[in-house]
Amino acid sequence: MSRLSELLASGTRPVVTAEFPSIDGGGLAAVERAVADLKPYVDAVNATDNPAAHAHASNTSIAIAMHQFGLEPVLQVVCRDKNRLAMQADIMGAALHGVENVALLTGDDVTAGDEPEARRVFDLDSIQMVKVAGGLAEGHYLSGRAIKEPPTLFIGAVENPFAPPLGYRVERAKKKADAGARFLQLQIGYHPDRLEDFVRGCVEMGVAETTALLPTIVLTKTGRALSFMNDSVPGISIPQATIDRVAGAGDKEAVAEASYEVTVELAQHALSLPGVSGLHITDFRHDGSLARLVEDLRIGPSQIKEQHAHRPQLV
Amino acid sequence: MKRLIPLFEHAVKKPVWDCRMCGQCVLHSTGMTCPMTCPKTLRNGPCGGVREDGGCEVKPEMTCVWLKAERRSHSPINPGRWEAELNHLRPPVNNQLKDTSSWINLLSGADRRAPAGWTGEIVEDSADLLVGAALVEIDDPSSLPEGFHS
Repeated sequence: MSRLSELLASGTRPVVTAEFPSIDGGGLAAVERAVADLKPYVDAVNATDNPAAHAHASNTSIAIAMHQFGLEPVLQVVCRDKNRLAMQADIMGAALHGVENVALLTGDDVTAGDEPEARRVFDLDSIQMVKVAGGLAEGHYLSGRAIKEPPTLFIGAVENPFAPPLGYRVERAKKKADAGARFLQLQIGYHPDRLEDFVRGCVEMGVAETTALLPTIVLTKTGRALSFMNDSVPGISIPQATIDRVAGAGDKEAVAEASYEVTVELAQHALSLPGVSGLHITDFRHDGSLARLVEDLRIGPSQIKEQHAHRPQLV
Repeated sequence: MKRLIPLFEHAVKKPVWDCRMCGQCVLHSTGMTCPMTCPKTLRNGPCGGVREDGGCEVKPEMTCVWLKAERRSHSPINPGRWEAELNHLRPPVNNQLKDTSSWINLLSGADRRAPAGWTGEIVEDSADLLVGAALVEIDDPSSLPEGFHS
């Protein structure tokens, strides 16, 4: 089993996952540099799949390169760009190279990106893809065609506790868990109350028993970044008070510091919730704040001191 | 008749449910809301892009199809069995059934036929799955399906 799955199942400490920066050129040296930046602070990193509907070096190529450079990859696969044949082929291909963790998402619509004229695919939805990936690990393609030496896969998905219909999100998480998702990276969110309700619901419905919950925390450094997410990214809402607190903090440095404080508070709150196994960190700052955050929170591989974390029964 | 029934079905279902003729109707288990009208054609619940006001990520002026489906599934005129079906895991769409009559497919059972692997069945003798490989051995290229050479 993957290191990520073992770590999550052990519950010895909160786990940290993150997003790999988009790579467009610079050869494998560019990947190696990004690996060196992230590796000391995180347990596994998502090789993203055309994030926000922008084309970049492919998820599989980055995941394989990360694996070769010694950083545990999570192959992210979105349903927007490829049909069921291509998605199965990508997972199988990456698995040949030792990539075991996969996160399966619906994906932002093509209209979120810089090529809105593109044909959207969505041949499968994310829950169907979770189940299909489970089939690959069991030794068959969706057609039923046998795979003689099936890959080891640790399958996860994403859920958004912050978007309507709020009351239904736990049921959707349960549906994903029942389909075979063993971890859920949660969407970016700035409403601690909604996260709390969602996690409590997941504990009550037994989702947290079988599936590791990883709320997402975002590192930003301007009020403008928060306003942009609130206004322009569907599914993300940020309370005006939070935006005002950051934007009105003073000069550039004070704003960046206020923004960091908001992140730390949200992270501490998320980690305090029973049923949470760790954090997924999205870094839009790229100024070393990721290192500071994991140090301040005392989470991630750099912390020697063992501490308790929620312990789901993943197998 | 085979051509008339889909036409008739579409004439009835298009004005009421904006039917897209996927040929495998699940209206009753989605609160009588057609999931194929979701721009991402999601059949198992809402994506993460639903806006704060309930608007669709892709078409903000439209209320999320799944928001409506979830609400309508609890409607008192809906039988309890249908309400419970909202959370059923619906299999991948069979694109071969597009533009055929879901009424006929319901009677023939074609709308419930999922690929063997969906239910975990492993097809050991997979020769019948390798249709493409068999086609390569056909001598007369004109007998190949349209688009085979592209």
